[in-house]
Amino acid sequence: MSGQVFIEIENLEKHFILHNADAAKIPVFERLDLSVKSGECVVLAGVSGVGKSTLMRSIYGNYLPTGGAVRVLHEGEMVDITTAPPFQLLDIRRRTLGYVSQFLRVIPRISTLELVMQPMLDNGVDAKEAEDRASFMLDMLQLPKAHWALPPATFSGGEQQRVNIARSFVLDFPVMLLDEPTASLDAANRERVIKLIERALGNGAALIGIFHDEAVREAVATRFFEVSDFAVREPA
Amino acid sequence: MTALATEERPLNLVPDAPIMRATNVTKKYGLITGCKDVSFDLFPGEVLGIVGESGSGKSTLLNCISGHLNPTSGTVEFATKKRGLTDMFGLSEADRRRVQREELGFVHQNPRDGLRMRVSAGANVAEPLMNLGNRHYGNMREDTITWLNRVELDIARIDDNPRNFSGGMQQRIQIARNLVHGPRLVFMDEPTGGLDVSVQARLLDLLRHLVRRSQLAVIVVTHDLAVARLLADRLMVMKNGYVVETGLTDQVLDDPQHAYTQLLVSAVLQI
Repeated sequence: MSGQVFIEIENLEKHFILHNADAAKIPVFERLDLSVKSGECVVLAGVSGVGKSTLMRSIYGNYLPTGGAVRVLHEGEMVDITTAPPFQLLDIRRRTLGYVSQFLRVIPRISTLELVMQPMLDNGVDAKEAEDRASFMLDMLQLPKAHWALPPATFSGGEQQRVNIARSFVLDFPVMLLDEPTASLDAANRERVIKLIERALGNGAALIGIFHDEAVREAVATRFFEVSDFAVREPA
Repeated sequence: MTALATEERPLNLVPDAPIMRATNVTKKYGLITGCKDVSFDLFPGEVLGIVGESGSGKSTLLNCISGHLNPTSGTVEFATKKRGLTDMFGLSEADRRRVQREELGFVHQNPRDGLRMRVSAGANVAEPLMNLGNRHYGNMREDTITWLNRVELDIARIDDNPRNFSGGMQQRIQIARNLVHGPRLVFMDEPTGGLDVSVQARLLDLLRHLVRRSQLAVIVVTHDLAVARLLADRLMVMKNGYVVETGLTDQVLDDPQHAYTQLLVSAVLQI
């Protein structure tokens, strides 16, 4: 398993055209190549606005790349998510490609526990087991039990982020995209997230991450990728 | 909702055959275009959202693909249980109505358009079962009670007429009536339009669960992008009768490509 390419980005180009601002063209990147193997954690580097999140969202299929390919190993096959039909992309997201964003998209009336259980239920995990695993994750991330039955809309930033992390790490996705997962966490919780990331890498996952926090970055990176000039750097 | 939320959901693997195929569906009203050259495939378990402002052709398209309005040109095929993909307007009117009654559902924006206002809530929910040929009243009552529970209505009011329920409750009765007979494809025209936000949230949550726990395919027309984001797997954006953009819901809303979609997305009020 180790050493197998899980993500292969080839000749990727992305620019935005703002039709309601005189069709202004905003270039982000072009001719971008990157591949990530099982057990690797590639950390995207570069100043704010260089396109780290745009690259991340292009890999997830949330942004539509202008050109090029993003191939992800899904059920033994490299599938290009830029051309995959919607139902296949949803299937890839359900079983292969996890994403932790900085923000939690809250669904009205859905409790925190149910929100964390949902990805497991979608994958056919038994309800009882899903509840046990969700409880374990929330407990580990020290989210007070009194919060579990509440929808997380009113939670603090750090609490919402932990719900987000629980939701994604509760499944062992082979490929994970981490967009500032530790941005609003305290030191103790940051340590727990580092442990989760290390465990995922140990299980052979391929990770791409953006980490504002230098300590986290240095702890988990196996390689740095500079988004402005595509330079690659090994960790110190 | 906990009872529903913890029910097991079948694993919907990538489907191989569409449940509906629309090919170049065009409807003209004299010189006026209702919708033009609309094509799509819909797969079992998929939720397709049709968004656009009023007058963009959403409802015309919905009426054509649900078999209520004969398109001027183009074909609408639905995979019936017996025949597989079948041209809806190639069927006799009796056969088309039978397919609509037995295998499809249609939730109207205004519950009064989808309910019989002079018979009880329970009878409204049981009627589609009778249409399928059920005659065992005990079983039908049981199914009706199951569905009234699922849409969170008080069973004690099963014999009340719909007009004695609030708008949100009427909408829930209509949803139960359209799902009780186990359709494989349900059309919804602004299902939460005209409801206040707390009732809307409850209804959306309900719809999401009902769709997720079955292999039901849904085509939902809405002008509310938040509703579309919550319910739909993918979107078709319509303007002046044309589909101007299609794609995965979050991709269309977060990285809209067409000028009109960009305008639509940027016009949403933030709270």
